[in-house]
Amino acid sequence: MTQKDPLNVIVTGVGGQGNVLISQLIGKALVKQGHHVTIGETYGASQRGGAVMSHLRISRQEQYGPLIPEGQADVILGLEPVETMRVLAQYGHPEVIVIANSRPVYTMAVTTGAAEYPGTQEVTRTLEELSSAAWVINATEIALEMGASILTNIIMVGALVGSRALPLGPEGLEAALRDSMPSDKLEVNLTAARRGLEEARARVAS
Amino acid sequence: MVSIATGKPGTRELFMGNEAIARGALEAGVGFAAAYPGTPSSEVIGTLAEVAKEGDIYAEWSVNEKVAMEVAAAASFAGVRAIVAMKQNGVNVASDFLMNLNLTGTRAGLVLAACDDPSALSSTNEQDSRPFAKWADLPLLEPGTFQEAKDMTRWAFELSEEINNACMLRTVTRISHARGDIELGERIPPSKEARFTATSPVDFTPYPVPFKHHQMIAKLEKVRELFESSPFNRYVGPERPELLVVTCGACWFYSLEAVKALHAGDRVGILKLGTTWPLPEKFVQEHLARTERVLVVEEVAPFLEGNLKELVGGHLADTGPLTFYGKRSGHIPDSGELNPDLVTKALGSVLDLELEGVSPEYVQKAQQLTASHTHMRAIGFCAGCPHRASFWSLKNALKLDGRGGFVTGDIGCYTMALGPTGYFQVKTVQAMGSGVGLACGFGNLARTGFEQPVVSVCGDSTFFHAAIPALLNGIYNHSNFTLLILDNSATAMTGFQPHPGIGKTATGETTPAVDIEGLCRAMGVRVEVTDPFDLEGTTEKLLDLLRDDGGVRVLISKRTCALVRARQEEAEYRVHVDPEKCRGDSCGCARLCTRVFQCPGLIWDTETDTAKIDEVICSGCGVCADICPAGAIINEAV
Repeated sequence: MTQKDPLNVIVTGVGGQGNVLISQLIGKALVKQGHHVTIGETYGASQRGGAVMSHLRISRQEQYGPLIPEGQADVILGLEPVETMRVLAQYGHPEVIVIANSRPVYTMAVTTGAAEYPGTQEVTRTLEELSSAAWVINATEIALEMGASILTNIIMVGALVGSRALPLGPEGLEAALRDSMPSDKLEVNLTAARRGLEEARARVAS
Repeated sequence: MVSIATGKPGTRELFMGNEAIARGALEAGVGFAAAYPGTPSSEVIGTLAEVAKEGDIYAEWSVNEKVAMEVAAAASFAGVRAIVAMKQNGVNVASDFLMNLNLTGTRAGLVLAACDDPSALSSTNEQDSRPFAKWADLPLLEPGTFQEAKDMTRWAFELSEEINNACMLRTVTRISHARGDIELGERIPPSKEARFTATSPVDFTPYPVPFKHHQMIAKLEKVRELFESSPFNRYVGPERPELLVVTCGACWFYSLEAVKALHAGDRVGILKLGTTWPLPEKFVQEHLARTERVLVVEEVAPFLEGNLKELVGGHLADTGPLTFYGKRSGHIPDSGELNPDLVTKALGSVLDLELEGVSPEYVQKAQQLTASHTHMRAIGFCAGCPHRASFWSLKNALKLDGRGGFVTGDIGCYTMALGPTGYFQVKTVQAMGSGVGLACGFGNLARTGFEQPVVSVCGDSTFFHAAIPALLNGIYNHSNFTLLILDNSATAMTGFQPHPGIGKTATGETTPAVDIEGLCRAMGVRVEVTDPFDLEGTTEKLLDLLRDDGGVRVLISKRTCALVRARQEEAEYRVHVDPEKCRGDSCGCARLCTRVFQCPGLIWDTETDTAKIDEVICSGCGVCADICPAGAIINEAV
């Protein structure tokens, strides 16, 4: 598959969901395979419930800056539905590919009753309307079944790799996990990544 | 996993800008590293501390930035290369020492990495550190790429030794906290021959001041010469550009992208400067002479812009008349960080070009479909944060006291108490420790009719950094206020670095923990200690202290940061809402838990119209059980 250059990927979610970890995981794996990678991250709010974004820019030719211009994301991986919508509205274009987790992290405005959170159907419809392909995955539910919600992000990375939107295959992801996870956490993370890959496979097949 | 110490020369690694700086220091044979943590600078010394043992270097978290600068200078005086890192506010703290060190000069290479935070993404101001270099007559380097962050750091040590003075390296968040692939170089081992030798009585002093002042200026002139041939200054573009973009730092990336986006490569040249003070005059002048229009693209202050205009003012005959665009002309925003879109817009407006972007139909559709759901996601205290509990009690105590008492704030996670999750309690925020200083002042206004109780809040790390002198001042001068120390046993906002109260050093060694309670008692004030999760007890203690109008009183609210607890121990409770007991909107509590207490672990179930625990977010602290008037929130011991 010929890859757009640079390939612009945004990973988005809420502080504490593991945005930074997965953007690094992908980035390191791609650098190992000879790509230039730049990652721009929003820190500071990253552990305090704020909206967070990692911008990844992947190129065979040169190093790009850490921020993706508006309307130029090629792939959006959303760990939280409303954050995915937010990023899509600012960085999307008709050809963007979106993979989003279905589980909300309510904003304070929703919790206090000042605003309403959109239902899964509305989220899915919006993502589909604004992209060339949109998958909504129940990653947090799968993670909870596996016994730890923290695995949500690794399931989502698995789905992203399975979508073939990145120049990174399942073996590359597995190697990256082996390289970065402490030994007692490795197996469960590998399983989570495989669960994500399965979710993608089911959708690619359909 | 590859660390900054183990990466092999010649390999490419994905490094954060701050890691690249740390690696550059290791490649230069740095032997000594010090800092007080501050976003976006913390990882420079943080990563050096992680590899201190394998890298055979010394690294410390200093009590504040001035001390960090001093300990690093001592290493330099003794012949050991040293690096010190800080955020822009930290440079202010260190500046008193810096403005004398520049006259004294240094021995082994000494590098000050100043990391600025445009847009104040995690700061109280968006100050520009660069004028300090000009002010202190010290060389200034600004990396425009991740590779340069490493290579410039390595070179900065050599430059520092060439002129026997400190060298400043300025980055911004989008270099320091971004990541890029870089090629690693060879490391040299740190010096093992540390020794302090003064060759004259005034060797390590600023005396005689006019002589040393003159010497300092002469050193800077030497730097200017060296900068003329620096590989960190580059030009790309046509021989005689219609417009010359002069840029530095992360704006180099944005400028390249803007020229590309507007297909303006045949009209526009980019002069990328890495050595921004003193300016390499001849080099810059040659490029200015080849154009008539200049757009300066830089972040925070119009520092480069001002210096360029100053240069042109002195060489008008050579450069010819020039029209400048930048912050002063309004083409570049006067505040906030830049990005490729803003730079493209600026370039487009100077060249009268429009960017072909996403279709207006798509943009409009995207707005229509998302606008009602994408309201701002406010940041606030984490689930299980002890600060939420402390401010809940403080709010209630001030209300019960009823004399219009208020809170002076400080820098840390608890600054967020100026927002809803801290019940809008914090009313002032300035510098580290200044909440206590302000409280000292308010507490001595009784003669002018002031009757409100004053509470100053500060965290444990801030207490050590800058609050102690202000507390002493209050005691000495009979001021009247309550100091609430929110001791969460971590420098939480910047990444849980240890401090003098923890009992661990930056490199993980055990050290005696300074006891905040004992220290305050030794100063002779009334000290109480409370567990913030005991809402009733904390409110009572606060109320009692507020009414004890005799000088300075201290309450230490002690409970470890929720994120640190989550790493160290299992949750205390499994919390759930009993649907039988929660009466929803018919209760009369007006949704006290979700509307007022505002913990992200508590959500409102719109289907059943009752409160609910989000098991993914809840940390199991159990505090919310105490605020529910119906007793519907149940803590089950785990």
